[in-house]
Amino acid sequence: MSKVSVLFRTTAVRLSALYLILFSLCAAILVFYVTGMSERLLQQQTREAIATEALQIEGVYDRAGISGLLRSLERRARQPGASLYVIAGPSGEILAGNVASLEPGLLDSGGWTTEPFHYRRFTDESRTDSHVALAQILVLDNGLRVLVGRDLQEPEKLRGLVRQALVVALGTMVLGALVIWFGIGRNALKRIDRMSEASTKIMAGDLSQRLPMSGSGDEFDRLSESLNAMLGRIEKLNEGLKQVSDNIAHDLKTPLTRLRNKAEAALAGSGKQNAALEEIIAESDQLIRTFNALLMISRVEAGSAVAEMSDVDLSGIVADCVELYEPVAEENALRLKADIEPGVLISGNRELIGQALGNLIDNAVKYAEKADNPLIQVEMKKGDRNVVLTVADHGPGVPEGMRSEVVKRFVRLDESRSKPGTGLGLSLVEAVMEMHHGTLELAATEPDGQGLTVRMVFPTAATWRTE
Amino acid sequence: MVTRMKILIVEDDLEAAAYLAKAFREAGIVSDHASDGESGLFMASENAYDVLVVDRMLPRRDGLSLISELRRRGVHTPALILSALGQVDDRVTGLRAGGDDYLPKPYAFSELLARVEVLGRRKGAPEQDMVYRVGDLELDRLSHSVRRQGKEIPLQPREFRLLEYLMKNAGQVVTRTMLLENVWDYHFDPQTNVIDVHVSRLRSKIEKDFDPPLLRTVRGAGYMIKDDRTPDT
Repeated sequence: MSKVSVLFRTTAVRLSALYLILFSLCAAILVFYVTGMSERLLQQQTREAIATEALQIEGVYDRAGISGLLRSLERRARQPGASLYVIAGPSGEILAGNVASLEPGLLDSGGWTTEPFHYRRFTDESRTDSHVALAQILVLDNGLRVLVGRDLQEPEKLRGLVRQALVVALGTMVLGALVIWFGIGRNALKRIDRMSEASTKIMAGDLSQRLPMSGSGDEFDRLSESLNAMLGRIEKLNEGLKQVSDNIAHDLKTPLTRLRNKAEAALAGSGKQNAALEEIIAESDQLIRTFNALLMISRVEAGSAVAEMSDVDLSGIVADCVELYEPVAEENALRLKADIEPGVLISGNRELIGQALGNLIDNAVKYAEKADNPLIQVEMKKGDRNVVLTVADHGPGVPEGMRSEVVKRFVRLDESRSKPGTGLGLSLVEAVMEMHHGTLELAATEPDGQGLTVRMVFPTAATWRTE
Repeated sequence: MVTRMKILIVEDDLEAAAYLAKAFREAGIVSDHASDGESGLFMASENAYDVLVVDRMLPRRDGLSLISELRRRGVHTPALILSALGQVDDRVTGLRAGGDDYLPKPYAFSELLARVEVLGRRKGAPEQDMVYRVGDLELDRLSHSVRRQGKEIPLQPREFRLLEYLMKNAGQVVTRTMLLENVWDYHFDPQTNVIDVHVSRLRSKIEKDFDPPLLRTVRGAGYMIKDDRTPDT
C-alpha cells in the first residue's frame, strides 16, 4: 500500500493519471456520440422502410380491398425478417397479424407512433416477455386500423455491440497504461533511490562517491552528470582546503615549537635569559605576522574589503611604493628603477594594492640581492583594456614548473627557505588581484629563465564596469 | 611638575587589563579600569581622562558604540581602539565611529604605549605651531625648510614629512608602524626594515655635520627625536 502511495507521488505517475482521466472523459463522450448517432441513423432507416411498406399496403388495399390486403400481409409475414403487421378493429381489438398483443390505446389514432412501444409475439413463452418496435398506423376508410411496424431489437443490439466494443477497448487501454506507468514510475523511483543512496554516502563524508549513470543520456543521466561535476569541484576545493590547513598546522606549529623550546631553554639556563626572552618575542612577532597575513588573505578572498573600493590613483600608489622601498634596495646594492605612466585611475583599494606591490618589491629585493644585474624594474603601462604593472628582477627566478605553485599559501622554494618570510606574500598578491578582477602572471625576465617578472594586470575602470 | 597622564582602560579580559595597568604604571601613566561597555561609558563621561583605551568587543556595549555614544554626548577624549579583528576595513569602521587610533591585537606594549603617549600629547609641539624646534634644529612648516645651527639642510619631500612627524612628537617614542601610517599613509606591515633605512637616511642628513645627535633609536620600540640638553617640558 505504502509502495503504491510512494509510486503515486512520482511525477510520471501523477501526470499519467491526469492524462488517463482526461482521455477517459473524451473517450466516454465519443462513445455516447457514436452510439447516439448510429441509433438515430438506424431509426431513420427503419422509419423509411416502414413508410415504404405502408404505402405499398395502402396501394394493395385500394386495388384489392380487404381480402387482398389480408393475403398480402399474410405473404409478407411469412418472409424472413418480416415486419410487424396488425389489422385491428376500430376499437383496437386485434383481428389479424403476427403480433400477440400491443400496448393498449396504441391504435387509437393513425400516423406514427410517437415513441417506441412494447408488444408481445406469439412465440413469447411468458407474459412478461416483450419487444420494442416502431410503427405507422393506417386508418382505413371502413374504420379498420392497419399497423405496419418494425422491431427495434436489431438496432438496439447493434448499439449495445458498439458500446461494448468501445468499453472493452477503453478498458484495455486503461489497463495497459496502468501497467506501463507502473513500470515507468517504478523505474524512475528505483533510479532516484539509487541517487539518494549515493548522496547519503557522499553526505557521510565520502566525497569520492559519484552518482550512478545509466549511460542512456536521458534527463536523469544529465542531472547525475552535472551533479558529479559539482562533486568533483567540491572534492578538489576540499582537498585544497585540507592541504592549506595541513600547511597552516605545519607552518604555525614549527615556530610555536621553537618558541616553546626557547622558553624552556631560558627557564633552565642561567645568565642569558634576557637574550632568550628577546628571541622569544622576535619569534612570536613572526608568528603574529604569519597570522595577520593569513587573516588578511582570507578576508581579501572573502571579499570583505570590496566595500572599501574606490577610484584610486594607481600611478600615485606605485610611485609611493617605489619611493618607500628605494632606500632598502639601495642598501642591498640594488637599483630600483621606475617607469610609471602618470594619471592612471582604477577602481581599487589603495591599501591592498600598496601592500601587494610592496610584497613584490620586497621579494625582488630579498631574492635578487646578489644578482649580477642589480636592476629591479617597476613599470606601469595603461593599455586599451587594462593596466599592466610589472616588477622585474634579475635574481634566480622561479622555475617554470613552480610558478603556479609559489602563489599557493606557505609554498616556498627550497632555496629560499633560509630567507625571512612567511610564504604568504604572493598568495596575498594573488588574492588582491582576484579582488580587483585582475590577473597575476609570473614569467622569467631573461630568455635563459633567469630573473622573475611578475605582472599584475588590472582591468581599466571602463572595462571593469561594462563586465 | 609634570602632571601624570591618566587613562581609562576598557577591557573585559581582567588579566590583560591588570597587565596593561601595571605596564602603564611603570611608564608613569595612571589608569582606571572598566570591564564592560556600559561602565566604561559611564566612567568616560563622568571623569576627565587624557586617553581612552577601548577594546572593540566588550560585554553590554561594544567598543565602537561606546565611542560613538561618547562623541554624541560631546566628550572628545582621544580614544584608541584595540581589536582582535584588525584589518583594513575594520580600521576604517573603527575610525569612522570616532576612534582616533586603532591597534590590532596582538600588539607589542611598546607600540601601545607610544600611541597612547602621542594621543595624550603631553609633549611635543602644539598642532598650531608653524615652526618646530628641537635643540638647534628648526623645521618651518610654511616654507618647508629645515635648518640646523642656521644652516639650511635640503630634504626630499618625504624626508621632510618624516622629520615633521618626529618633531611634532618630539620627546616621544614613535614606532615604525606609526611612521608608516602617518608619513606614508599605509597600514600594512612592511616586513623588511624599509622604515629604518628611511630614518637612517634622514639621520645622516641632520646629524652628519652637526652635534649632538638628536634622532635616537629606542630599542625594541622605535625612534625619538629629543635634545638631551633641554629638560622634559
